[in-house]
Amino acid sequence: MSSSSIVFYILCLMIGSTAFLAVTSTKIFRAAIYLLFSLIGIAGLYFYMDQEFIAAVQIIVYVGGIIVLLIFSIFLTQDSGSDMQKPQLWRSIVSGGAVIFGFLFTWLCINEFALDSIKPAGNLGTTRELGQKLLSTEAGGYILPFEMIGLLLLAAMIGCIVIAVKIKNDSQMNKEATL
Amino acid sequence: MSTEPGLYHILIISSLVFFLGIYGFLTRRNMITMLMSAELMLNSANINFVAFNKYLHPENADGIFFSIFIITIAAAEAAVAIAIIIHLYRQIKSIDVNDANNLK
Repeated sequence: MSSSSIVFYILCLMIGSTAFLAVTSTKIFRAAIYLLFSLIGIAGLYFYMDQEFIAAVQIIVYVGGIIVLLIFSIFLTQDSGSDMQKPQLWRSIVSGGAVIFGFLFTWLCINEFALDSIKPAGNLGTTRELGQKLLSTEAGGYILPFEMIGLLLLAAMIGCIVIAVKIKNDSQMNKEATL
Repeated sequence: MSTEPGLYHILIISSLVFFLGIYGFLTRRNMITMLMSAELMLNSANINFVAFNKYLHPENADGIFFSIFIITIAAAEAAVAIAIIIHLYRQIKSIDVNDANNLK
């Protein structure tokens, strides 16, 4: 067994175990930290596939952004030291059965295709080529989705501010008006 | 089945992550943990895009761009969802989905 496959199996073990703990842990803060390690493992999987750019984006956006946002919202809304209520037994059994069935079904579907023999045929471009293609206006360029994503992010930012801003209630406003 | 990891093994691990996300989404009653499960599912889709792009169609990097756009939209979605959760917490002092039952 080559060293790269050992790295791959360690990554798989890390992703699988921490993702399992992230969805079953009863302490919400620990669940967020397990999710963090699962996302780092997925970034490692991108490094294994030689996609440095997407791995860097994964670490910057998920680990540096979304997890920090989740931890902040846990601190704002939850008593993070206490246990969450456990799911009802029938709910865990039914969803566990559905999930195991779905996973085995997907496994059978994957087995239908001779995927073992496929070897990576070549390298996808470097980060420079990816950047040039992302902003290219010629055929196959991605400038229009890029701009649309920028518009979506602006709309999401304004929407977050509008939703989460604290509105003073009427009595406070009247008090300020009389002062 | 060979032990040398390839597309097959990557698809297995991504479907495992996807179904763990579904399990969390079905059993959790807390909105933040449900959001975390949704992030796991989006990540497994990203793994699939990048793996198919690398192993089947390496001549153009379309899967990479799809992954970048999915990551961006996931970030926007998480931000909006957390804003809604915090606003809901101010209204009903709870983020349990069963408590959020009156649409005002």
